Amino acid sequence: MRIGLFITCLADALFPDVGRATVRLLERLGHEVVFPVDQTCCGQMHVNTGYQADALPMVRSFGEVFADCDAVVVPSGSCVGSVRHQHAIVARRFGDAALETQVAAAAAKTYELSELLVDVLGLTDVGAYFPHTVTYHPTCHSLRMLRVGEKPLQLLGAVEGLDLRELPDADQCCGFGGTFAIKNAETSAAMLTDKMRHVLDTGAEICTAGDSSCLMHIGGGLSRLRAGTRTVHLAQILASTREDPLIITPTAPAGPSSTVRAVGAVVEERAR
Amino acid sequence: MSTTMLGMPQRRGAVPTAPAGVGHLRGEESFPDAARHALSDTQLRANLGNATRTIRAKRARVVAELPDWEALREAGRQLKVHTMAHLPDYLVQLEQQVTARGGVVHWARDAAEANAIVTELVRATGSDEVVKIKSMATQETGLNEALEAAGIAAFETDLAELIVQLGHDKPSHILVPAIHRNRAEIREIFLREMGDVDPDLTDEPAVLAGAARLHLRRKFLSAKVAISGANFAVAETGTLGVVESEGNGRMCLTLPDTLITVMGIEKLVPRMRDLEVFLQLLPRSSTGERMNPYTSMWTGVTPGDGPQAFHLVLMDNGRTAVLSDDQGRDALNCIRCSACLNVCPVYERAGGHAYGSVYPGPIGAILSPQLTGVEDNASLPYASSLCGACYDACPVKIDIPSILVHLRAEHTEARAAERRLPGAEAAAMKAASWVMADPGRWTRALRGGRLGRVLGRRRGVIGELPLPVARQWGATRDLPQPPSQTFRDWWATHHQSAAPTRPEPTPTRPEPVEGQQP
Repeated sequence: MRIGLFITCLADALFPDVGRATVRLLERLGHEVVFPVDQTCCGQMHVNTGYQADALPMVRSFGEVFADCDAVVVPSGSCVGSVRHQHAIVARRFGDAALETQVAAAAAKTYELSELLVDVLGLTDVGAYFPHTVTYHPTCHSLRMLRVGEKPLQLLGAVEGLDLRELPDADQCCGFGGTFAIKNAETSAAMLTDKMRHVLDTGAEICTAGDSSCLMHIGGGLSRLRAGTRTVHLAQILASTREDPLIITPTAPAGPSSTVRAVGAVVEERAR
Repeated sequence: MSTTMLGMPQRRGAVPTAPAGVGHLRGEESFPDAARHALSDTQLRANLGNATRTIRAKRARVVAELPDWEALREAGRQLKVHTMAHLPDYLVQLEQQVTARGGVVHWARDAAEANAIVTELVRATGSDEVVKIKSMATQETGLNEALEAAGIAAFETDLAELIVQLGHDKPSHILVPAIHRNRAEIREIFLREMGDVDPDLTDEPAVLAGAARLHLRRKFLSAKVAISGANFAVAETGTLGVVESEGNGRMCLTLPDTLITVMGIEKLVPRMRDLEVFLQLLPRSSTGERMNPYTSMWTGVTPGDGPQAFHLVLMDNGRTAVLSDDQGRDALNCIRCSACLNVCPVYERAGGHAYGSVYPGPIGAILSPQLTGVEDNASLPYASSLCGACYDACPVKIDIPSILVHLRAEHTEARAAERRLPGAEAAAMKAASWVMADPGRWTRALRGGRLGRVLGRRRGVIGELPLPVARQWGATRDLPQPPSQTFRDWWATHHQSAAPTRPEPTPTRPEPVEGQQP
């Protein structure tokens, strides 16, 4: 099957390993993966913050970019939610009938990773090896917009060596919510605290999920607390094999990360 | 008294919203500011956490019992959608039926008119006190304050509303207005405010309820006028219905001589048989009970039995404006069960007062801004992580997340229309759109590793944004180390050159995770 990879803007910029793992996994399973370089972003941040007109170019390009693919895989539940639900909303608000048709066609062949593996490819055992204790956070959009249900757990359950720990109150939001994490930073932090408490209660080394954004939030909180538990995307676990295992490296030293410093540098520069 | 044209509105903007200066639909602070106080109130956090967790579990249990729950939800949704589409006809039918059965119907364009009508009606009875059944509509209009200003004392008889009233407090939940109080605090309030209370009062729930019963019974037996809201009004028969758990409502509905009901115009159902659906949906969704304890229904006036004067005040107060928005009007389908509050992670932590309106939680975040006009409650549509738990719990399937997203767009478009220069956020979003609309620009932005700088060059105003964003994010969360290579660069250098169907060569050394954590 010729599968188009929509990497998502976040993974492209900050989590390329999630994309590399997705490619490695699907190719190991014998599929052709293509990466149309004209892709950028699904527009979810714009839509969810109230800027639907600014999302229109991204909505328009998504269908064009993947027109030649049999299926599109996205290592993000919320970006698939955006493609399936929000693109139609934007098309109705600002677009035309042709765009509505185009987004419907694109949405129909776009899958979150666990959906593609279980529903489309009919697999639960992908031959992965990951000898670690892991807990799974079912991100809200995977859970409630896509209804991926038990699929990620089925995949994780078949991973050799993996000790899966059940996450208490798993269906509770981690508090990310895109710009919610900025606009309502304190409420977001309160939600994150409870999520981290539940993650730590499992005793797992790794918290995994199908969304880099939620993992960036949970992982960022765990890192700040030096909790000793880290986040790894589902794709990276499924890509890991005995021959080519995912090695967990030590975490970086304390202090603001270089991204914060980079942002600070930009601010300094703009302020001058 | 006035008459109001209630045709299905066709155009946005021309329909009046709920006026400012009366009632309780607007907060004094934005949601993030109000939430800040609540988040640091450890007692509030504990009370809310315990209460919502308990109700959530009860609701989940009784909902799971019904094999046709999803069909019931769909039936409830369709009944409401149908009713809203034919609201003018059903309202006129209701008026005819209530009038034919001895009731008097009054129309109120807004909260001020509703309060004035009720005040006049009470005055006309010569009474200077009223007993009240828990009612969201009269909380919305601030009726108690209006009556007090006219020298009329209003006594709340619902236990939780009594606690709120005695505590000079505000309700923080639609169903459980005193959810933010625990029993120790309730005991303190009773001891302080209930003149006739036993000084040895304990904080056992049965003892507290007994004290309230004693206190209220005197009011029930002396009051000449009762004021209620309505959960439902049946258009075909003119029947009103109140659903409650304590029996205080039934006392108010049967003992006084005069009954005044204030009802939002959206509370209609077409037929008596429609209640079969809602009386299954409502108790399971709200209190987690299979059947509601006290369901009282009355139709006009029955000679020699119950109140001999019945007035129905039908209030708009922005509802027609909500109806005029085809993307947002489903907010009117709400049956005030509070299931969305109890499952909402934001409500559970910030509490009801943070929403500033008598309608808190997810439903409040879509209803209040539509009733007042979104600019008067502009922070509420953003008071959600869009997790979707509310939509799953809603017994009439209101797609709250989609309406939140719609109202966010309404807000930014309203702001853009009134400003000549975009604000920092709008400029940043436009700049991000400009970059992301073009793969070349996007690739260059990523490669430079300085997305903010690229955006800044485009608009020259972006400098304002990164600092607050970094500060808000960085207060509690680290950011990941930026990778040495973006995905698209890796694809171009390592992958694209390889034959696409051939598996990627095994790296010479294990690759470390450039994971979500620095």
